[in-house]
Amino acid sequence: MTKFIIRRLLLLIPILLGLTLLIFVFTRLLPGDPATTILGERATPENMAIVREALGLDRPLHEQYLQYMGGLLQGDLGRSFITNRDVVDDFLQRFPATIELSVAAILFAIAVGIPLGMYTAKRRGTWVDSAGTVVSLIGISIPIFFLGLMLKWLFAIQFPILPDSGRIDLVDYYVPRVTNFMTVDALLAGEPGGVIDALRHLVLPALALGTIPLAVIMRITRASVVDVLNEDYVRTAHAKGLRESVVDGRHILRNALLPVVTVIGLQTGLLLGGAILTETIFTWGGVGRWIYDAVTARDYQIIQSGVLMLALIFVLVNLVVDISYGFLNPRIRHS
Amino acid sequence: MTGAAVARPAEQEERSIGLWRDAFQRMRRSPAAIIGGAIITFFVLMAIFAPFIAPFDPTRGNLGDSYLPPSWEHLFGTNVQGQDVFSRIVFGSRLTLGIAVMSVTLGVTVGAILGATAGYFRGWIDATIMRAVDIMLSIPGLLLAIAVVSWLGRGVVQIAIAIAIVNVPIFARILRGSLLALRDADYVIAAKSVGVGGPTLLLRHMLPNAIGPLIVQATLALATAVVDAAALGFLGLGPPDPRVPEWGSMLSDTYRYLTDAVHLAFFPGIAIVLAVLGFNLLGDGMREALDPRLRR
Repeated sequence: MTKFIIRRLLLLIPILLGLTLLIFVFTRLLPGDPATTILGERATPENMAIVREALGLDRPLHEQYLQYMGGLLQGDLGRSFITNRDVVDDFLQRFPATIELSVAAILFAIAVGIPLGMYTAKRRGTWVDSAGTVVSLIGISIPIFFLGLMLKWLFAIQFPILPDSGRIDLVDYYVPRVTNFMTVDALLAGEPGGVIDALRHLVLPALALGTIPLAVIMRITRASVVDVLNEDYVRTAHAKGLRESVVDGRHILRNALLPVVTVIGLQTGLLLGGAILTETIFTWGGVGRWIYDAVTARDYQIIQSGVLMLALIFVLVNLVVDISYGFLNPRIRHS
Repeated sequence: MTGAAVARPAEQEERSIGLWRDAFQRMRRSPAAIIGGAIITFFVLMAIFAPFIAPFDPTRGNLGDSYLPPSWEHLFGTNVQGQDVFSRIVFGSRLTLGIAVMSVTLGVTVGAILGATAGYFRGWIDATIMRAVDIMLSIPGLLLAIAVVSWLGRGVVQIAIAIAIVNVPIFARILRGSLLALRDADYVIAAKSVGVGGPTLLLRHMLPNAIGPLIVQATLALATAVVDAAALGFLGLGPPDPRVPEWGSMLSDTYRYLTDAVHLAFFPGIAIVLAVLGFNLLGDGMREALDPRLRR
């Protein structure tokens, strides 16, 4: 097992190296450059040259790449070309917002998706199962931005029971930023009302972002449980007179969980992409929207580092998924 | 099954035709495939006959008529420019279907070539291609598409290319996987042992048997292509001419007017959901029809 983990970690190195190169080349392919954004369209060539020189953009590309990599290895992601703020600082400020949203979304998806999948699988062939299949297909087919808009309209405008944007009510609650996880910060500030308010702000974005993963998890769980239901050991467990809940949890779900875990890992990648849309609709100050704005402004440093961080997280989540196979399935652990 | 088929070539012939015919017949009995097919046919007809269905010119607006709620004259209401939303949705189906088909065709072609090369040659070629695939898959798809559109510029073809690029690694990985699984199949070994090799082995013996999952994935990719194209439009990266009726672009900015004009978001959104649902249903029906485990 240890050998497996080490091998997988070593495999990450070429992938990450390739990623830095790919993203670097890509940012330089974008038409226009930060100098245009800083000075505007009508800047004189002389002024453009001065700004480019100050930013180091006049140097050969391989030098720029090596300098970027040198900084990266020392944990220095450089400064934004536009705002001159440290990219690491900006990232650390926004990233918790995206994590908070993504975790809420995936928890919602798992907490609802797995039981629903299990429930419909055990009633396969009935109308409950058919209804579940239809609902999950519709859930998969609703684009995040459309669902987000409709949730916002229904629960924040038509029936204003939930906040329509932002992460906390800044007028009612003063919460000093410590971790930038709003729920945690409100807790640290000793504001129980603030915690509840932060959670209320999370509901609609998390629903919007979590619905597709929910539907996918539900479908996979159903299919996987149906496969396991016919196994001999399930019949044996029933025949032994074990309680239904014990058979469900220990014999069925545990064996059916492997494909579900794979899908949860893959869905996190989609979540990080979907965060761009959700953060736009709900004015959620996370990394998704930050990177999108950086692409528009040609802020090379932010694009390079931001995309790299997102990709790194995605790769790490899937590594954790692969490792968790070993714990879920002893057959893999011992082979 | 395959062992027996190799021993009796006549039966193999019959079987290999049988798979597709059987798949088609089972699709005709699958409610998912029927409903999905009906929805897609509906949109295809809408795209073809758009000028006859749409009551108004989708690009012309009358500023005096902006923000009208749905009525008999304007079924789905009008937008900021006073353009008829229904007509824009009808004409928008052309763009949506066009982008989806273009991007998936391009993505499948490039992805299949890469996947076949990797799965057939193995060795360092395989390793290089698959590492590149891993790298591309580690970037969130929508982000990659945004980057490509920013690079190539806004436009219908550019959007299709961006979505195709997102799909290439997925198709490559699927085809390579199916090919690897076939490498030790009895009929492949048999073909090799009688001296069949090179492109003939790949094209005549392996590809036809490996292509099922690719077709299913391509149909499902049409659904994601519709969503991705709309997402780009929603983020303001749709066709540069605002008069062009693109479903996603129609939703863009509507979050600012939700209070007064929810119909601007609702109707284009429903069109997107229906088209995506149609392709998803079709893909699901196809998957079941082509799944050898479910054959009679």
